[in-house]
Amino acid sequence: MPEKVFITGVGIISSIGKGIDETIDSLKNSRSGIGVITLLETAYKNELPAAEVKATHEDLMEIAGIKDKRPYSRTALLGIIAARQALRHAFIDDIAAYRTGLISATTVGGMDKSEVFYRPFIENKRHGRLRDIITHDCGDSTETIADYTGIRDYVSTVSTACSSSANALLLGARLIKNGLLQRVLVGGVDALTLFTINGFNSLMILDKNPCRPFDEERNGLNLGEGAGFLMLEAESIAEKEKKSVLCEISGYGNACDAFHQTASSPEGDGAYLSMKKALDTARLEPSMIDYINAHGTGTKNNDLSEGKAIERLFGNTPPPCSSTKAYTGHTLGAAGAVEAVFCVLAIQNGIIYPNLRFQKQMSELSFSPVVALQNRKPLKHIMSNSFGFGGNNTSLIFSAI
Amino acid sequence: MKVYINGINAISPQHTFKHEDWLKEPVGYRQVRYLKCIEPVYTEYIDPMAARRMSRIVKTGVCSAIKCLHDAAVEMPGAIITGTGLGCIEDTEKFLGSIFVNKEQLLNPTPFIQSTHNTVAAAIALKLKCKNYNSTYVHRGFSFEHALTDGLMLLHEEPADNILVGGLDELTDNSFIITDRLGLWKKTPVDSLKLLKYNNKGSLAGEGAAFFALSRERKENSYACMSLPAMFYKPRNISEVEHQLSAFLSRDEKTLNDIDLVILGLNGDAAGDKIYYQLIDQHFKNIPVAYFKHLCGEYDTSSAFAVFLAALVIKKQQIPEVACLNKSPENKIKHILIYNHLRNINHTFFLISAC
Repeated sequence: MPEKVFITGVGIISSIGKGIDETIDSLKNSRSGIGVITLLETAYKNELPAAEVKATHEDLMEIAGIKDKRPYSRTALLGIIAARQALRHAFIDDIAAYRTGLISATTVGGMDKSEVFYRPFIENKRHGRLRDIITHDCGDSTETIADYTGIRDYVSTVSTACSSSANALLLGARLIKNGLLQRVLVGGVDALTLFTINGFNSLMILDKNPCRPFDEERNGLNLGEGAGFLMLEAESIAEKEKKSVLCEISGYGNACDAFHQTASSPEGDGAYLSMKKALDTARLEPSMIDYINAHGTGTKNNDLSEGKAIERLFGNTPPPCSSTKAYTGHTLGAAGAVEAVFCVLAIQNGIIYPNLRFQKQMSELSFSPVVALQNRKPLKHIMSNSFGFGGNNTSLIFSAI
Repeated sequence: MKVYINGINAISPQHTFKHEDWLKEPVGYRQVRYLKCIEPVYTEYIDPMAARRMSRIVKTGVCSAIKCLHDAAVEMPGAIITGTGLGCIEDTEKFLGSIFVNKEQLLNPTPFIQSTHNTVAAAIALKLKCKNYNSTYVHRGFSFEHALTDGLMLLHEEPADNILVGGLDELTDNSFIITDRLGLWKKTPVDSLKLLKYNNKGSLAGEGAAFFALSRERKENSYACMSLPAMFYKPRNISEVEHQLSAFLSRDEKTLNDIDLVILGLNGDAAGDKIYYQLIDQHFKNIPVAYFKHLCGEYDTSSAFAVFLAALVIKKQQIPEVACLNKSPENKIKHILIYNHLRNINHTFFLISAC
């Protein structure tokens, strides 16, 4: 029997809070982080809302307690802050006590710095400061977090577009079950960049207003930024150390939609398969899921496809379902981990989050999302969906102990 | 965890795509600072309409993947997993450039869509209509190793079989210019096959894609078998490397006496190569040693080329003379140890064995 995988600590920084307490407060009080862009220098500042972490580079350096001169991307700083919180929350002070890994996920890595480099570089190939480009690749932020936390036994980075950090959690759980690691810090991070805001804008899927997932009148997504990290420990280690366990990762499924590079299939084949696989690994029936934290980006395509897939698997009266992207925007590579932290907090607090700004039921779907905060104890099993470009779909299940 | 390599393919600066005879005809490049892939006629493998939209790394990846599956006689892989250090940088650069040139207005979304690191794994899945497990790792000199580790775990834990694993990176004009400014490459052109003779700073830039079809089952045409690679991050000194080596070998119940050939990631950079020469002096004196980066150049996933080379060497029981550092192996090659490091940060071992 492979070991169970327990979550013993979480850390988070996003537009709705720099830590667990602020985050849960925002979630309970329907406080969305989506608003006017004030930090990113973009032509769309007054046109497109986004969910920024309202902290400058210097602010983040201070929160992280970093004083050295090594170049840090915004991505690395956000990651360090959430990773450090998760380690503290799990009361881990001796990293070397067990075989411990770090798996981070990101879609654009240190792109915020690359943009600083690239502007002078395209004018003249000898221009652009090199310290602004050496943080470009996705591995950089992960290794920076590894060096900061002292984790050395296993250092990995996943990038599967918007499901990146869900796959980091999935991999971490499997590495423990296969006996390759005893503990692993898993998560994801992405900073808001010109690259992503212009990318999604060129695809014409950014809403000019705060997004409305699963609403008939939904008109696209808003981008966000942030980081989420979770400390996973093998059951045997958690027991030996008498850890207080937050919950278990009981199921995970990864499938590919294989339909289109950016669009989801109308029937949500990949979404259906990833949710089905997650139920199978957890050995659960659909009726045993108490809440679905949906991918729910707010685009026409995703919400329809995901909704259809939920109906296929759960029937016409699925469990309570909501998308928390109406709070945080779409944090891309961080989304899976940010929402995993929300799921852990939901189990801890016995609450289901509302799907903010929902007004009108989608004509194609039989169900509508949760609109007000629900107190529901106990919450036993929660499913979290993360779907990405390329059809990279991953579903996770978190279970109360 | 032991798995069989039942199909292989590589697109590289060597004639590896149709790999039957490439060991007999290794290509040397005169007066170069980087090596680029010898590319196949893509439209023989990809619909010309689709190929037109794809960037070079996507075409290379899809072609090499398809050829690899043909080689293994597998139609539908149980999973598709890729590793890439820098991903689709051509399209990343293209989109990034367009943001500044066009002042954020009226941008073509295609390069953005294809800039994501999972584009190649997704394009392979799309081409095969493969809805199975699909993932991409993007961790510098561990990228391919993580993909392989994931694939081996899947074979161990799931009914999934015939898993496709690949490592790939592309070199662009701009990425060469930037990494050159960072001091990674030799300042004057070199003859690729003499890469180790210069004894100065820097290496030879390269690129490539290599794919493997892995299975729990041995087939008649299996190339070799392999176990989990070992990765270790920023070893503090040579004794940590030695410790990792002996732990790795003993995990598979082997000693250096079992190793018939060592393939090292020597890349011509005098400082970085020191560690390889120390190991040769202290541990590999009696073992034939080969190297490979003079054939493919240095890049984040070059270890995938080394695994490709090792699998082929085991199956054909021959190794090109230009790949040998000292003596050629005289006995049957049963076990090959590969040791590679990227800039002394990401260190890896592989054990490839006859099956």
